[in-house]
Amino acid sequence: MTLGNLISVAGASIVKNKMRTVLTMLGIIIGVSAVIVMVAIGAGAQGQIERQIQNLGTNMLVVTPGSTASGGVSLGGQSGSGLTVEDAEMLASQSFLLSGVSPVISTFAQAVGGTGNWRAPIYGVAVDYQTIRDWDVVQGEFFDETDVRTIRREVVLGSTVAENLFPDGDAVGQQLRLRDVPLTIVGVLETKGQTAEGSDQDDVILVPYTTVQNRLAGRQFVSQILASAYSSEDVPAAQAEIQAILRDSHGLAPNEADDFTVRDQGELADAAQETTQVMTLLLAAIASISLLVGGIGIMNIMLVSVTERTREIGLRLALGAYGSDVMKQFLVESVVMSLGGGLTGVAIGYASSQAIASFTGWSTAVSVPTVILALGFAGVVGVFFGLYPARRAAALDPIEALRYE
Amino acid sequence: MSRQAPLGAPVIAARGLERVFEMGGTEVRALRGVDLTVERGEMLAVMGTSGSGKSTLMNILGCLDRSTAGSYVLDGVSVEGLNKNQLADIRNQRLGFVFQGFNLLPRTSALENVELPLLYDRSGRDMDTKALAAAALERVGLAERMDHDPSELSGGQQQRVAIARALVTKPSLVLADEPTGNLDTETTMEIMALFQELNAEGVTLLIVTHEPEISHYTQRIVELRDGRIIHDHPVAERGDAATDLLERRSLEPVGAP
Repeated sequence: MTLGNLISVAGASIVKNKMRTVLTMLGIIIGVSAVIVMVAIGAGAQGQIERQIQNLGTNMLVVTPGSTASGGVSLGGQSGSGLTVEDAEMLASQSFLLSGVSPVISTFAQAVGGTGNWRAPIYGVAVDYQTIRDWDVVQGEFFDETDVRTIRREVVLGSTVAENLFPDGDAVGQQLRLRDVPLTIVGVLETKGQTAEGSDQDDVILVPYTTVQNRLAGRQFVSQILASAYSSEDVPAAQAEIQAILRDSHGLAPNEADDFTVRDQGELADAAQETTQVMTLLLAAIASISLLVGGIGIMNIMLVSVTERTREIGLRLALGAYGSDVMKQFLVESVVMSLGGGLTGVAIGYASSQAIASFTGWSTAVSVPTVILALGFAGVVGVFFGLYPARRAAALDPIEALRYE
Repeated sequence: MSRQAPLGAPVIAARGLERVFEMGGTEVRALRGVDLTVERGEMLAVMGTSGSGKSTLMNILGCLDRSTAGSYVLDGVSVEGLNKNQLADIRNQRLGFVFQGFNLLPRTSALENVELPLLYDRSGRDMDTKALAAAALERVGLAERMDHDPSELSGGQQQRVAIARALVTKPSLVLADEPTGNLDTETTMEIMALFQELNAEGVTLLIVTHEPEISHYTQRIVELRDGRIIHDHPVAERGDAATDLLERRSLEPVGAP
């Protein structure tokens, strides 16, 4: 018998028992659609988390002054010799793994201009700051290398500052005075929202670090150096590189502890990964349980079918069918049923995840590998649970089977 | 092995067939040494009461079962020592079966039922299975009913489909097990007339029955009792089923119960 014959025989048998077939396939349908929906939601959630991490900066590394601990004794946050602009410049010139480096010189001042005045943290930063933080400019533009080198009196405002001083949205081109130093507003940053801790990231004034150093009076210090690695895989190596360069620049002896700390977004990334892993596990559990139940349903019905069709099997054997022909016939029937259930499940799962996406606004994504995996699983279930009934059918004695009432 | 045995060789050449069943520790000897030779073109009846061993003999001759002892050469092929699949091929190529209960696949057209044995043909012959099945149905007078399901056919018509299925592979031997057991008298005669026609065309027929009315339409009666052949004789006055059928119809008005 050809495969075409087998499939048409299986199809005929399935069509003859429509209700029974649908009920049998229901287990697989539910299992597969559950997998599709769960993976889609999981992917959506993961995308959301990734976007949040991205929001903090691309593969960002943060260098802060001070050692955290030395031989179990904490020396306090600012106990080190501190970071300098030279440290940042050295990192920029010596590193291979960093795509960007920027010092952050922090100071506070009353900003005067527009409709009044506003107090916000002032950060003296390099051009790379924008790419490290992955922060777009919505009006005007960010200052460039020339501006930094020539110590231009330019300023880029966070959206909170811009809104408070220039409610009409015409900040770019206007003057702003910081500690009586007039600066020209060249750009306004896009709104980033709050940090995980709840502070407003948009309440900020960015100035070229050279300008802060040379034009603004008052207490100022390099609060941190921001850097970004080329890719997330490079982050650990970049971290080590920063450490090596800074130790060298600070002249630390091998037995001395670091007088600075390099942190990455690893904690958050780890948390996200853990969430995804839990999700995947949960998913696998749901999938395997429902597919298992569906498979048992198929096996049950196939056993019924074999019993019902004992005479037919006897006849086929008498007419010259090999045991393997009979076995193939029932295996094909079971696989057709499970794959049919799988396909229906994919359709329902896809429709459901679209519906969930439109109701909740989550970005659910049905991926092709998931569909293939789910269908493959359904097929495997069909073969696995069809095997026993099919073998039983193939092992029947034709004489007994023909006589079966 | 050649498909056809040399001309003149018997279709069935069985010597000393024995069959012992183990049933709950006791041995049941269903066949106790059966010798049987059937020539090409014969039509014979195997008779006997239930328990005489005729079903066992039929199963062995039909290559559905194997004898415990003795030799069986079917159509020039020695059957002992063949494995399950080789026996399946023998059944497919050289044997046709007609059963008491017709054994047609339900909700499957007459044509597809007749086609079935051809789908299990492994000889690699190039053939148009649909056309062969249609020709076989035409031969048994059901050309008009090819697309009907068994449930839409009368008992006699169903048995004709079964006979067409047995003939479609052009077997060396057709084995019929109580072929008229489920049919009324008139339909029985119709089927026997068909068998006689087929036999006249050269089909070798072995009919297992316990009805003397059936056996007297054959050429030879083999009677079994307790696993042995007690009589093997030609039929003295062979009936002609077609004539009897006409006679019967002329006696009974149409439509009478």
